[in-house]
Amino acid sequence: MAEPLFSVRGLQVALPDMTRKPLIGRAPLAEILKGLDFDLPKGSVTGIVGESGSGKSTLGRALVRLIEPSAGAISFEGHDIGHLSEAELRPLRRDLQMIFQDPMSSLNPRHTIFNIIAAPLRQNGLSDGLKERVGEALQRVGLPQNFAGRYRHELSGGQRQRVGIARALALSPKFVLADEIVSGLDVSTQAQILTLLEKLAVEMGLTVAFISHDLSVIRRLCRQVIVMREGRIVELSATDALFDNPKETYTRDLLAAIPLPEIDADWLRPKAPA
Amino acid sequence: MSATAKPCLEIRSLSAVLANGQRVLRSVSLAVQPGEVRALVGESGAGKTMIGKAVLGVLPKSVRIVEGEMIIEGEDLGRLDAKARRTLIGARTALIPQDPLTALNPSRRIGPQMTDRLVRILGWSGDRADSRIRQLLDEVQIRDPERVLKSYPHELSGGMRQRVLIAAAFAAEPRLIVADEPTTALDVTVQKQILRLIAELQRDHGTAILFVTHDLGVVAKISQKVSVLYAGKVVEEAATVDLFASPQHPYTRALMLATPRYTDPYASLKPVDETVLAGLAAEIAAADQAWRPSHG
Amino acid sequence: MDKARTSSRRTSPRLWLAGGWLLLALLAAILAPLVAPQDPLAQDLMLERLPPFWLDGAEPGYWLGTDSLGRDLLSRLIFGGRIAFIVAFAAAASACLIGSALGLIAGYFGGWADRIISRVVDIWLAFPPVLFAILLVAVLGTGLSSVIIAIAVIDWTRFCRVIRAEAMSQARMDYVESARIAGYGRMGIMLREVLPNVLPSVVALLSLEMGIAVIVEAILSFVNLSISTDDPTWGGMIAEGRLSIHQAWWVLVFPLTTLILTVLCFSQFGEGLKARFDPVLR
Repeated sequence: MAEPLFSVRGLQVALPDMTRKPLIGRAPLAEILKGLDFDLPKGSVTGIVGESGSGKSTLGRALVRLIEPSAGAISFEGHDIGHLSEAELRPLRRDLQMIFQDPMSSLNPRHTIFNIIAAPLRQNGLSDGLKERVGEALQRVGLPQNFAGRYRHELSGGQRQRVGIARALALSPKFVLADEIVSGLDVSTQAQILTLLEKLAVEMGLTVAFISHDLSVIRRLCRQVIVMREGRIVELSATDALFDNPKETYTRDLLAAIPLPEIDADWLRPKAPA
Repeated sequence: MSATAKPCLEIRSLSAVLANGQRVLRSVSLAVQPGEVRALVGESGAGKTMIGKAVLGVLPKSVRIVEGEMIIEGEDLGRLDAKARRTLIGARTALIPQDPLTALNPSRRIGPQMTDRLVRILGWSGDRADSRIRQLLDEVQIRDPERVLKSYPHELSGGMRQRVLIAAAFAAEPRLIVADEPTTALDVTVQKQILRLIAELQRDHGTAILFVTHDLGVVAKISQKVSVLYAGKVVEEAATVDLFASPQHPYTRALMLATPRYTDPYASLKPVDETVLAGLAAEIAAADQAWRPSHG
Repeated sequence: MDKARTSSRRTSPRLWLAGGWLLLALLAAILAPLVAPQDPLAQDLMLERLPPFWLDGAEPGYWLGTDSLGRDLLSRLIFGGRIAFIVAFAAAASACLIGSALGLIAGYFGGWADRIISRVVDIWLAFPPVLFAILLVAVLGTGLSSVIIAIAVIDWTRFCRVIRAEAMSQARMDYVESARIAGYGRMGIMLREVLPNVLPSVVALLSLEMGIAVIVEAILSFVNLSISTDDPTWGGMIAEGRLSIHQAWWVLVFPLTTLILTVLCFSQFGEGLKARFDPVLR
């Protein structure tokens, strides 16, 4: 198989724990990620699943280098980007993009949609033909051209998330981090956004890390799934293997806890003692 | 349940408007029989939370009820004066809220917050309230009630806080509980435990529940009856078993196909069809055309 | 879900009322030599303590009456407005520039910058402001520029505290991270993403500060520490009016009312402006 886009070895991240910050002095560090090893194959979608406190969002933010790892290596196309400075990262930014969970908070209320999508283009030296490029980005996510002049508050939740996708893909990046991008949306919109991402990932040959707390939305989208718990990888499997034949008890518990939309009188019965 | 039993809650043709005249509830009718769980399911803007708030008499000031009746165990809320209405709602109903953190006062300990309602509103003695709360904490499987009662809300986990609120809701033996998306903020494994608890307590206490949710999966597991809402209108209502066996309304069918099912990935997560939405828009428009508020 | 609809974009009457008064007062102050009916410094002991026009004994041309030296009150109010507005604009603008810049840096960059700036603000706030102002003017010497410097030096903290808090909450927004992902540097993010979102608060505070500057100037005039005693100032007029309150209430009441009204209008104008900007946010 070809060389993976991302190759992560022994990744650790520790962040200051503000809840335990003493009155004077620094907050003690809390270990969020406790040594992760995995690869993200080129052109594939990997699901990263876990409950709150599992460290899945921290992992995503380390991949796009919004935070710096405390140990271990994050190699992107063969180069360790784990400890690059902000200035050294800048040329890499156009290939490391991100779609945010909450499109409300990820779109600046004072900028037009045009300016929001144009920002990464301008900053990466693609200012000529800006209008066409933004138009193309809007079209790609199925938004009408006249949305360019609108503001965030004039859009619905699903439309906002489309803008978030358009912004992330405007630069035709190699990697996109999708951080819980449907968790704030209604089911009908959720399905639209997932279908859109699925389509664009194939069309543009994207490598995607799809973070979700909900195993049920990722089966169709992902080639492999990483299940996380308390800063560690519990299970890493090909998607169908994980769903049809989960190896770990924790994965099985997660699957069993999903309320499927079908009648099952036994679902709420307490587990029979083993 | 015999057909002649008085419904625990009956809503007849309830309509509400915003200050600008826009309709947010469109002649909603539904009934909750004693001891039954009725799910109110819909997407954002469907008005499901608003119905719960209307029943509890806590609608925001911007929403005005213009038509309809709400009857709790035979008593028409509209015929009571404000004080009698509050007393009735206080004695017969309770709420399990969506966000257990904002529903609790962060600067007070759990214990007094739980007993307050029993003592102040129902006039119980402090001792009676206290022992009742301990009994309920035991029922929601809180192992160390002493610690929990002495804790501040932020010292408990999300699941633990929700247990506390469930205990508080059942403590006064209400006839009807409004559960407003009580598991939406929780992790799936915790959600399952909490749903199981609610189901158990509901059965043991024979309480009726109006269960507001956006998740058809939760509907399937917890409810016996269900009303599907869209834009403040009940588009379909049925016994839960029947709804899942043969959904009648196109919107219900679309919603079911949109809901993710990992067991069948290619038959789920289907975007809602444009024609379904157009049909809904037409249905809403026709309903609004025919509707005249009785006193307007 | 209803909030967006209910906070519709009504033009608030308070914005227009407050703005109207301020515009009127400002125009009068700018055009003072043209609109003032009398020379504000001309004394005429024959005309001392004339009552305002609606009372018996009023003289035509002296609409609001005269003070104990026979100077026309209306003219003195109009000329006093010049000092008030110069101080208001200059002092508030300086305080705003210093305070907002430091607040933005402290709130967005955090870390050492924040620690140092916040400590300085804490120390500043421990001084009683009016005493501080009097002390400063005493050291700098009286005069218009001293008054302006004193107000700016004292009141920049008001901007700094509010803007720091707002910049901090802005810094947590996803669009700040998104700008990093887009390749923006920290300075670029501060100016492009954070600044436009704190601007409404800056504007509201600026207007409020103008009102406060008018008050502080009046206080300094009252204790005779502002500018030369010959030039009419509202604070100086209040001080003089206090002496003749039992013989001629109007000498005190008119400058006091003008002062209160102007300060109130500044704060209402600021709030109105902010509210007008705000519906965009929801």
